[in-house]
Amino acid sequence: MNLDYLDFEQPIAELQQKIEELRHVATGSEVNLSEEIGRLESKSRSLTEDIFGKLTSWQVAQVARHPRRPYTLDYIEAIFTDFTELHGDRAFRDDPAIVGGLARLDGRAVMVIGQQKGRDTKDKLHRNFGMPKPEGYRKALRLMKLAERFRVPIITFIDTPGAYPGIGAEERNQSEAIARNLFELARLRTPVISVVIGEGGSGGALAIGVADHLAMLQYSIYSVISPEGCASILYRSAEKAAEAADAMGVTSSRIYELGLIDEIIPEPLGGAHRDPQATANNIRSRLLSNLERLSQVSGNKLVEARYDRLMRHGRFKE
Amino acid sequence: MGTDKMSWISQIMPSKIRTEGGNRRSVPEGVWSKCTNCNAVLYSAELERNQHVCPKCGEHRRLDARQRIDCFLDEQQRVEIGADVAPLDPLKFKDSKRYKDRLAQAQKDSGENDALVVMQGRLFDMPVVVCAFNFNFMGGSMGSVVGEKFVRGVNAALSNGAPVICFAASGGARMQEGLLSLMQMSKTSAALARLAERGIPYISVLTNPTMGGVAASLAMLGDVNIAEPKALIGFAGPRVIEQTVRQKLPEGFQTSEFLLHHGAVDMIVDRRDLREQVHRILSILTQQPALSTSQAAHS
Repeated sequence: MNLDYLDFEQPIAELQQKIEELRHVATGSEVNLSEEIGRLESKSRSLTEDIFGKLTSWQVAQVARHPRRPYTLDYIEAIFTDFTELHGDRAFRDDPAIVGGLARLDGRAVMVIGQQKGRDTKDKLHRNFGMPKPEGYRKALRLMKLAERFRVPIITFIDTPGAYPGIGAEERNQSEAIARNLFELARLRTPVISVVIGEGGSGGALAIGVADHLAMLQYSIYSVISPEGCASILYRSAEKAAEAADAMGVTSSRIYELGLIDEIIPEPLGGAHRDPQATANNIRSRLLSNLERLSQVSGNKLVEARYDRLMRHGRFKE
Repeated sequence: MGTDKMSWISQIMPSKIRTEGGNRRSVPEGVWSKCTNCNAVLYSAELERNQHVCPKCGEHRRLDARQRIDCFLDEQQRVEIGADVAPLDPLKFKDSKRYKDRLAQAQKDSGENDALVVMQGRLFDMPVVVCAFNFNFMGGSMGSVVGEKFVRGVNAALSNGAPVICFAASGGARMQEGLLSLMQMSKTSAALARLAERGIPYISVLTNPTMGGVAASLAMLGDVNIAEPKALIGFAGPRVIEQTVRQKLPEGFQTSEFLLHHGAVDMIVDRRDLREQVHRILSILTQQPALSTSQAAHS
């Protein structure tokens, strides 16, 4: 079993392995196998199209959490120049689960902030699996206020299972840290653009995601509680996560239908990790055009429009 | 049963006829009730006069939204806000039960449309807006209706300059409305930001329990945060934390007293003192005269 591929991608993995084997044979022999390889490659492509054309919500969640999926720092590297990371909340500690700093996007000044997951075990622990503590949110807020002061637009990348549920996090008031960000972001006089690049885990995601323009990558998810959490509460079994994911509507298409995001940024066939550079290019072009648009709007008008957006969220009757 | 008052009974009664625990319903419901903390048998009318605080041990029993408003506001000049705002089922959500059915059941049991009641009224004659959560309605969870009604309460306050007081009692965001519920966190927080910019005070009273998305938005944003004694308040639930950190949680973790010690709330106030205490804070913040002793005595 190839760990690069998820369970439901195993048929693709087998085909890819065959292709590799043929290539290996072809280099050492006189026989021309290119026709056969070409045939298998197109078969692999159409198989991938087929599988990805009808992913369930739970399968999308697995792509969103794929161990090879590009993380915030990967996109920062691919999209921006002059990234200068800034650290710490000035009160308690620097939280490596949130990164942020000044950068340039096509020459323009921006502040970039995002949750950061780790790649290998050591890195994962260092980044606390992308689960920020209060000091992480307070660092983010500090950077946002700094950006506002110089009217530098803010770009945030959302990728977290959720805010960290720990003893110290509660002692330092995780609730207040998140609430304060929601409060301050609502009246920030500089453009904010947010992109959900992987997992949008609840309040821990929203705390850096109150924006003038909110986008989701095609195979990212965004939810009020993790599918596992919802399943263990409502279905009394974490095993029912797939059902919960479907019931809550965590995928970009379902959330777009609800009118809660502005756009879906397409991913390459098979997901962002199959071609990180292409994904980064897609994000970059959407960031640029929205930045262009929002930069023309005055601070007052921005806050006014953001407020109206927030007030429209909800479905009820009377 | 281990209270001093009961011990002489235990001594003279043979153990066979003693009833342990509260499973036997020999007491007609409504007239008497038993304190869940100290087991004292209480006369319901007396309990109500005491704002549902046990006169023996001080246990703060749960109030529904209407009881809360009755305890807090002056009797006169109450006007409800957003009474007709009612929930929908935008996701056609279904787990072991359909969301629609859960809503219908909760509406039938509570007589309310949803988990928040908003009332414009007076506190010792000072105009205020009160938002009160109903924990009995799906755990006081915040979905579209709670968010909308809260915002309408804030809007009413904005238009007449009245302070807002919120009594939170909630398990968090309502899962059955998916991401729409999450967005109520930013919606309510944005309304509070506007209130703050207009210089109108907001007092948040956190009652048992205030957790998750409600704690992480409107409930922690008070200009003054007040907790009722011994309430459970926090972001993540204790069970989730225990599973994550794999260690035993400290004694009293996430109680009001713990939050006061760690600086998350300004004070812990006994329910019976809330009217006066909140008025004292608001009258100072809004530069109004203090209550006269005769006004206070009437509370």
